Amino acid sequence: MKKNSNPRIRNSHRQVPDEWFTWRERDQSTAERLSRPSLSYWEDAWKRLVKNKLAMSGLFFLIGLVTMAIIGPILSPYDVHTNDLPNQYQPPSAEHWFGTDSHGRDVFTRTWYGARISLFVGLMAALIDVSIGIIYGGLSGYKGGRTDNIMMRIIEILYGLPYLLVVILLLVVLEPSLTTIIIALTVTGWVGMARIVRGQVLQIKNYEFVLASKSFGTKTPRIIRKNLLPNTMGPIIVQMTLTVPSAIFAEAFLSFIGLGIQSPYASWGVMASDSLGAILSGNWWTLFFPAFFISFTMFAFNVLGDGLQDALDPKLRK
Amino acid sequence: MLRYILKRLLIMVITLWIIVTLTFVLMVSIPGSPFNSDQTSNETVQENLERHYNLDKPYHIQYLLYLKSIATLEFGPSIKQPNQTVNDLLGRSFPISFELGMVTIIVAVISGILLGIIAALRHNGIVDYLAMGVAVLGISIPNFILATLLIQQLAVNAEWFPVATWSSPAHMVLPVLALATGPMAIIARLTRSTMLEVLTQDYIKMARAKGLNPWKIIFKHALRNALMPVVTIMGTLLAGILTGTFVIEQIFAIPGMGKYFVESINHRDYPVIMGTTVFYSSFLIIMLFLVDIAYGILDPRIKVNKKEGE
Amino acid sequence: MEKIVEVKNLHVTFSTYGGTIQAVRGVNFYVNKGETLAIVGESGCGKSVTSNAIMRLIPDPPGKITQGQVLFKGEDVTKFSEKKMRSIRGVDISMIFQDPMTALNPTLTIGSQLMEGLRQHQGISSARSKQKAIEMMELVGIPNPEERLKQYPHQFSGGMRQRIVIAIALICEPELLIADEPTTALDVTIQAQILELFEKIQEVTGVSIILITHDLGVVAKIADRIAVMYAGKIIETGTKRDIFYKGQHPYTKGLLKSVPRLDVKGAALTPIDGTPPDLFSPPAGCPFAPRCPYAMEVCNKIYPDTVQLSQSHEVNCWLQDERGKRLLATTTTKE
Repeated sequence: MKKNSNPRIRNSHRQVPDEWFTWRERDQSTAERLSRPSLSYWEDAWKRLVKNKLAMSGLFFLIGLVTMAIIGPILSPYDVHTNDLPNQYQPPSAEHWFGTDSHGRDVFTRTWYGARISLFVGLMAALIDVSIGIIYGGLSGYKGGRTDNIMMRIIEILYGLPYLLVVILLLVVLEPSLTTIIIALTVTGWVGMARIVRGQVLQIKNYEFVLASKSFGTKTPRIIRKNLLPNTMGPIIVQMTLTVPSAIFAEAFLSFIGLGIQSPYASWGVMASDSLGAILSGNWWTLFFPAFFISFTMFAFNVLGDGLQDALDPKLRK
Repeated sequence: MLRYILKRLLIMVITLWIIVTLTFVLMVSIPGSPFNSDQTSNETVQENLERHYNLDKPYHIQYLLYLKSIATLEFGPSIKQPNQTVNDLLGRSFPISFELGMVTIIVAVISGILLGIIAALRHNGIVDYLAMGVAVLGISIPNFILATLLIQQLAVNAEWFPVATWSSPAHMVLPVLALATGPMAIIARLTRSTMLEVLTQDYIKMARAKGLNPWKIIFKHALRNALMPVVTIMGTLLAGILTGTFVIEQIFAIPGMGKYFVESINHRDYPVIMGTTVFYSSFLIIMLFLVDIAYGILDPRIKVNKKEGE
Repeated sequence: MEKIVEVKNLHVTFSTYGGTIQAVRGVNFYVNKGETLAIVGESGCGKSVTSNAIMRLIPDPPGKITQGQVLFKGEDVTKFSEKKMRSIRGVDISMIFQDPMTALNPTLTIGSQLMEGLRQHQGISSARSKQKAIEMMELVGIPNPEERLKQYPHQFSGGMRQRIVIAIALICEPELLIADEPTTALDVTIQAQILELFEKIQEVTGVSIILITHDLGVVAKIADRIAVMYAGKIIETGTKRDIFYKGQHPYTKGLLKSVPRLDVKGAALTPIDGTPPDLFSPPAGCPFAPRCPYAMEVCNKIYPDTVQLSQSHEVNCWLQDERGKRLLATTTTKE
C-alpha cells in the first residue's frame, strides 16, 4: 500500500490506522440530542430554591415559628393575660423559659401568642393585597387603553399618600382591633401589588401564545386564568413574601405607638413597647424575646423573598 | 419636560387634596365631637375650639373653612396645651425633626451607596456576602427595636453615648444610627443589584475597550446609571424615615414633631393629630414631587410625553 | 507583509457551575497590516471570545486564557499588566460591538463619550479634542457634528449610533480594529452603508480589521482573508477566493450552501443539520463529525492536523489525507 506522500502532513497522520478510513454510520440521535433534561418552570425554580441555603433556613425558621404559634401556648401551663404580680421580672428559668414580665406574665406563652397575631396580620394583609392587586392590576393591564390610563392615574395618586400616616389616621378614628388594623393596612397597601401585576400583564399579553389563544376566540376570563396568571405568578409570589414582613413591621410599629393591639393582649409590638422601661433596669429578657422574634421573622421572610426572586426569575434560567 | 412637571404638579395637588379631605372626614365622623369629650375640661379651650372649627355650622361650610385654614397654614389650638396653638408646636419641634431627618438621610445615602458599590465590585466575594448579610439584617430589625438595643448596649452598658435628648453631636449618634440603618440597607441592596446589572452592559464593555481607568468607568459610566433606581425610591425612604422619627423621638426623648405626634395620638388631641398629619403629608408629597422632577432632570431619556410605567 | 497581530495556540475556558466550558481550543491566525480578516462561524463557536481575548476583555473570573499567545506587533499581550493593557486598548487596538443601541451610555452626551478616550490617553486640551471629535464625526458621515456632539444617544437612529461607535473606536487612530458583528443588529439597507464606511475608513486610515461575523454576505463584501471557526477551533483559513471558490472543509461548504446566492442560477438553500457540540466536554475528534455528511471512523477519534493547500489556504480535515481522498473518490453514491 502506498504510504501518505504529502510532506506537509505531519508524522502523526501516518500513524493513524488505515481501517479507520471508512464511512461512519450517522447516528441521528447524537446529533439531535438535547444536552440537558428539560424541567418544568416550577420544578426548576424549586431546585434552585433548595440550593439557596439562606432562603431555606428562612423557610425552616418560618415553619418552626408557625408550628410554635399553634402549639406553643398549649405547651405552656400559664395563661397569656393573667397577672401574677408577686412573680414579676423572673429571669428565664425552668419554670418560665423566657422569664416573666412586669405583670408576672409568662414571656414564653406571650411570645407564641404574639407570633399568632403577627403571622395572622402579615398573612391576611398579604392575601388581601394580592386579591385586590391582582383584580385591579390585571384588569388595568389587560384592558389597556383608556381604562388603563384612568386606573393608573388613580394608582399614581394613591401611591403618593404616605402609607403609615393614612394607617395611623384610620386607627385614630377606628377602634383598634385585629380587624381594623388589617383593614387599615390594606386600604392603600394593595397599590404596589397592583402596579406589579399590571406591569407583568402588559409585558405578557402581547406574547404570541396569548395572541394565538385570542385568535381562537377564547374568552377573556379564561385567557387571564390559563395564560396570564401562571406567567405572572413569579413576581407576585415574591411581592407577597415581602408584603408579609412589612405588615408585621407595621403592626409592631402601631402597637409600639399605642395604636395596635392593646395591652394586655400580647403582640410582639406591645411586648416590646411595654418593656422599654424594663431594659434600663436590666430585665433584658422582656425585650429580647419579642425583639428577636420580630427581627428574625422579618429576616426569614426577606431572605425567603430574595431566594424566591432568584429562583423564579426566568432570565436566570440556564 | 414642562409637560412632565405640570402633570406631576397636578397629581401632587390632587394627592394633597385627598389627604386633607380624608383627615376632615375622619375627624368629623368620630362619634360625638372630637372636641367636647371629657378631655377638654377647660372652658376657654372649648370656646377656642368651637370658634376655630366652627362646629355650629353645617359640614360643607366647616369643610370650606377648614380648607381655608389649611391653605393659610393655621392649624388651630391644641387641646392638651391650652395656651398653645398647633402652629407654635410645629414651629418649635419641626427644626429638630428636620435636623434629625436630614442627618439620617445623608448618612443613609452615602453609606448605602458605598456599601452597595463595594459589594458589587467584590461580587460573590466575602465582602459581598458580609455587606449583604448586614443589609438584610438592617432591613429586618425594626428601628424601634434597634434603638432600644443601641441604648441598652452603647448608652447604658458601655456609656459611650448619652441615653437620650438632643443637644450635642454626641446625642445625635444613636438616634441617627437607629433611624439610618434600614434605609441604608435598602439603598445598599438596590445599588448593588443595579450596579451588577449595569456592569454587564455593553457600554461598560465599550468603556473598558477604550482603555479608561477602572475608577473612571465605575464613577462616570456605571454609578450614574446605577443610581437612577435609587433616586426613584428616595420618596419611599423619606416616608420611612419620617414615620421612623415618631418612635425614635419618643424613645430618645427628642422634642421633635414625631414625639408630639405620638403623644397627641395617645391623648387623642385631635387638632394636633389633624394639623401634624396634614403637615407631614404635605411635606412628603412635596418631597415626592421634587424627587420626580430630579429624576426627570437626571435621566436624559425621560420623554416629554412619557407613557405611564416604570 | 507585516503581521500586525498573530494569535498562536490560544485556549480560553470559562468556569461555570455546570463545569468548565472550553470556548476556544487552540486557535491560530494572523492579520497583516492594512488587511481585513473575517472570522466566520455560528453563534457560540468562540469567535467573540477570541476577539475579546485579543483585547484581554474576558471577564476573569469566570473566563481565563489558559494557553497560547497573542502577539501584537511582536509582543505577547497575554503577559501584559492590566495597566499596560489599558494603554493599548482604544489606542492601538479598538473594538466595535454588535448592538449600537446598548453600546453607548444613555446618560452621557455623544461628545463626552467620543472625547474621553482622547483625554485619557493623549491628555490633550478640550478644544483640540473637540476639533478631533468633529473630524471623526465627519469621517463617519454624521451631519452637523458640532451640534450633535451635545446630544444624547437616544436622539440618534441605530445606523447613526453605529457610526458614532465606529468614530469612538477610531478616534485615537488605532492600528487594529476588532468589529464584533458590527452590522447584525442593523436594518439591511443600513448594513450596506456601514460596510461601505468600513471600506472607506480602511482606505483613509490604513487600519487593520478583524471582522467577526456569522454572515457570509458581509464577508464577501469587505474581507481579504477568511477564517472559518467551529466549536472553538479554526477549521479552515484562506483568502476570500480560496474559501468562496475552493473551500474544502465540509463545514465551509455547508456554510456556503446555506447562504442565498444571486450569481448561481437555481442554487438551492441547504441548511446544515444538527447542532454544534457541547463545549463542556468537547469531542476528541473533529467536532463537526456528528453533523458531517462525509464523516469517517477516524473523524470521531482524532482531530486532523492542519493541511497546507497553498501559500494562503489551510484546512483541518481528514478528507485531505490521501486515504480519505481515495475513499471519497471510490464512493460516488455518498451524499
